[in-house]
Amino acid sequence: MAIGRSYGRPPLSTLIYIYEKVLRGIPLLVIFFLIFFGFPQFGITLGAFTAAILGLGLRSTAYQAQIFRSAINSIPSGQMTAARAIGMSRLKAIRYIILPQVLRLSIPGWSNEFTIVLKDTSIAFSIGVIELMRRGRHIYAREPDLVLWVLFLIAAIYFIMVFATNKSLGYLEKKYKMSGFEVSIDE
Amino acid sequence: MPMLECKNIHKSYGDLEVLKGISLTMEKGETKVIIGTSGTGKSTLLRCINLLHPPDQGQIWLEGKEITGKRADINQIRQKIGFVFQDFNLFNHLTALRNVSIGLEKVKGMEKEDAQKRALAELEKVGLKKQADQYPAQLSGGQKQRVGIARALAMDPLVILFDEPTSALDPELIGDVLDVMKSLAHKVAMLVVTHEMGFARNVADEIIFMEGGYIVESGTPSKMFRNPKHKRTKEFLGKIATLYGEEKEGG
Repeated sequence: MAIGRSYGRPPLSTLIYIYEKVLRGIPLLVIFFLIFFGFPQFGITLGAFTAAILGLGLRSTAYQAQIFRSAINSIPSGQMTAARAIGMSRLKAIRYIILPQVLRLSIPGWSNEFTIVLKDTSIAFSIGVIELMRRGRHIYAREPDLVLWVLFLIAAIYFIMVFATNKSLGYLEKKYKMSGFEVSIDE
Repeated sequence: MPMLECKNIHKSYGDLEVLKGISLTMEKGETKVIIGTSGTGKSTLLRCINLLHPPDQGQIWLEGKEITGKRADINQIRQKIGFVFQDFNLFNHLTALRNVSIGLEKVKGMEKEDAQKRALAELEKVGLKKQADQYPAQLSGGQKQRVGIARALAMDPLVILFDEPTSALDPELIGDVLDVMKSLAHKVAMLVVTHEMGFARNVADEIIFMEGGYIVESGTPSKMFRNPKHKRTKEFLGKIATLYGEEKEGG
């Protein structure tokens, strides 16, 4: 989508622009409700889990497109010009020259978005998905004295997942940082 | 039949007509230097020739084939017309070696190993074999430009277009780049936009003076430096001599 927005022509780039604006402007809870309760009115009935995956995916796509698009925009235009000048087609230039740089530049923003998506899975609770929060609720409904400990445990599980993911992405960021953007001859 | 022929090239950006009917020819191995004040259309002319900015009017012929025709394969043509940029435009995420080999591999379809061998040979030609594994950010400006030249050379072009290749460099680094360019003279055709009058005087077969989107005057270096016909050419060369100091003949 980021490539379509940056390099595509109307109506493709316009459609992507509208998609991004709309999906980023609606709260996730409303998106879940629209998909789970609204879609059946058009004859599309989805299970709670599928609706949650779709909702998270659709919204995150809009945010990720922004992350990748800003990375594309930060690549100097001379990179594409130089690639075209040696005879690369536009597609090859994007694949071999632009994308590898975009992916490296996108890791910090993308890891942030991944964290948000992971934590937002807890909102799927609202449409009845049996995720971590709902499991916890089942436990503390039976054992009310454990409520604090159960919530601590849920928080710890989320924290460990986010921490582990960010650590891995941080490793990737370090591994590929010799992109020429960070390395300086003075270092 | 000239190797490269431009006929009546016009190019406008919006209402601004930058090129107003440029015609020139080049033979194999010939070196031509384009001089002129800023904004006179020199860089635009180079970009028209390799079709980065296709001309609005006029034709360009390469080895007898019109490259400005609708059926021309633009990516095929650009392999034969190398381009060296003022601000280098090396691929930031690739080592010097990969900067040179990627075109061979992904455009010419060479095997990775062969492409790297060839790229290393090109880097050796420009004196950068030892820097093959360094990234652009780890190279000096002069080294970057020499990688840029190696990248263009690797594609076996008929002609290389140099767009002010030394103007972004510190004075101390210019010499190495000019030496590499001198070593290419008569091996590959070069069309060079530059203010390096020493290079123009010593290496060029012809100097072209452009102004206001036109070619005002052209001729051999000795004719242009000793006996320019047009008043504007005299004035321009006079100013350049004042700015950069008089170049010694043969120096």
